[in-house]
Amino acid sequence: MAGRHARVTTRIRGFIVDTFLLGDDDGFDDSDSLIDGGIVDSTGVMEIVAFLEETYGIAIDDDELVADNLDSVERLRKFVDGKLAA
Amino acid sequence: MTGLAHDHLVGAARSSPDHPAVIADDLVHTFAEVDRASDRLAAWLQGAGVDRGDRVAIVLDNSIEQVVAFWGVLKAGAVVTVVNPASKPDKIAYILSDCDVAHLVTHRRLHRVLRPVLADRPIRGAAVWAGGVPDAATGTPFDEAVGGSATPRDPGTIDNDLAAIIYTSGSTGGPKGVMLTHRNVHHNAWAIAQSLGLRSDDVIGCVLSLSFTYGMFQIVSAAHVGCTVALERSFAYPRDVLERFARRHVTVMPGVPTVFATILQMAPLEGIDLSSLRMMTNAAAALPPAHLQRLGELLPGAGVVQMYGLTECTRVCCLDPALAAERPGSVGRAIPNTEAYVVTEDGRRAAPGEVGELVVRGAHIMRGYWGKPEATALRLQPGDIPGERVLHTGDLFRADEDGYLYFVGRTDDVFKCKGEKVSPNEVERVLYELDAVAEAAVVGVPDELDGMAVKAVLALRDGAEVSADDVRRHCRARLEPTLVPSLVEVRDELPKTDSGKIRKAELR
Repeated sequence: MAGRHARVTTRIRGFIVDTFLLGDDDGFDDSDSLIDGGIVDSTGVMEIVAFLEETYGIAIDDDELVADNLDSVERLRKFVDGKLAA
Repeated sequence: MTGLAHDHLVGAARSSPDHPAVIADDLVHTFAEVDRASDRLAAWLQGAGVDRGDRVAIVLDNSIEQVVAFWGVLKAGAVVTVVNPASKPDKIAYILSDCDVAHLVTHRRLHRVLRPVLADRPIRGAAVWAGGVPDAATGTPFDEAVGGSATPRDPGTIDNDLAAIIYTSGSTGGPKGVMLTHRNVHHNAWAIAQSLGLRSDDVIGCVLSLSFTYGMFQIVSAAHVGCTVALERSFAYPRDVLERFARRHVTVMPGVPTVFATILQMAPLEGIDLSSLRMMTNAAAALPPAHLQRLGELLPGAGVVQMYGLTECTRVCCLDPALAAERPGSVGRAIPNTEAYVVTEDGRRAAPGEVGELVVRGAHIMRGYWGKPEATALRLQPGDIPGERVLHTGDLFRADEDGYLYFVGRTDDVFKCKGEKVSPNEVERVLYELDAVAEAAVVGVPDELDGMAVKAVLALRDGAEVSADDVRRHCRARLEPTLVPSLVEVRDELPKTDSGKIRKAELR
């Protein structure tokens, strides 16, 4: 389980660093807000959603597009876990 | 009556000290608190060497710190230079250098973007960091700068002095710094509040960036009438934002077409009670008639005010929602104590229905573009009264018999995506940096959600290859998110006129 958590975290973080920080991981925390940190904007949020849907074969409803689910690497990991377990 | 911009805040703090001025991050800040904090910041800035007329850059997301910094810089007698925190290092460096910024107020989180800027051009005056000073930077924590007990000395500001410089993109050249005087800001706050009928019991739900005039004037106009602004950092999580707006009984919601299109996508807004909402205002681009109708059905208690404005004078006109049905497509008439009229190419006032350039006069018109006399002379031209300069907007309009204005189009190729200006030239310059690109052209194409989407059409060098993702990644590093092309098309060659100019009309 811990191994899978780490893999999901690494993959999500990798996507964010590659897409929004041009591969330059400047050491932001997995618990940091992606919006407040200026790492993503509203378009970026939609790109993350598309990435999760494609990578993990999950469907994300409009109702689920809230900061609690999506606004940090950690929250994204928990959200994906929950969707995969459902 | 004195007419300094911050008199609005001082007045509200005197007449309704305990009334909420700003709600941000679930914390309520009263007018007295904002007034006091900005006094202390002003005194601290003066102590740190900020002189009358100095430019102080504010690089912050929507937050209480940004509001306090805005008022504090004005009270210190200095000039607010707002910088969009979504800007990339190159543009921030350009702005700091263009208007010779000496001081900076920003946030620790933004150090990622500011680091390369400050490495090349260290701040020679005061640097104030909300959230604390980053390890690799120098300066003073925001909390310390507002933690004193001093009151600022009177810097001697008069209403002809500059209050703010706000950068705006044009079709060519770098961004231009629009200079607004205290008189401009003071007058606009009043005229906007008057034209919209803002009341002291209003709660304005603001998702607009305070780095642009549309957002900034929510704060100033709210202070003028003594009402509350519920401030959001962005509209990235619309459900969260609307739930908070419902809880705070928001009555006024300013937006751009993308904001309203997003709300319509969320219809029927289950579990979100927005019945307090009495007014929505739309600017930056026209709201499609179908969206206007559906908004009326979704939120029947809230009229939509259609408006038009530009950074060079903030707001030009607005249309009473009650008249929307009889004047479809109109953006209304000039705001109080200003005039807006259409002139033909040969310089005479246009007849009703005749298309020409919109010209604006009044106390709201900018002083000019910082350090750009030629660009200023194009926009500010002699009017009918000797010595008066009137604002030539560069936008094509027509007016009906009663003076109601209708936007027809722009005279350049700039378009709006998500309510923000896109200068094709700015994006094309960045596309040409890619080795694979031989030719690049950027156009706006209609988009249901964003109004217009940014489309890049490229011709590649022989044998070169580049993927759409590569192009976007490159652009993302160099441009604000709104400017990054959402559509990338590669063609063998771009269509051209005989003189070699790219025929953009064929690329849309």
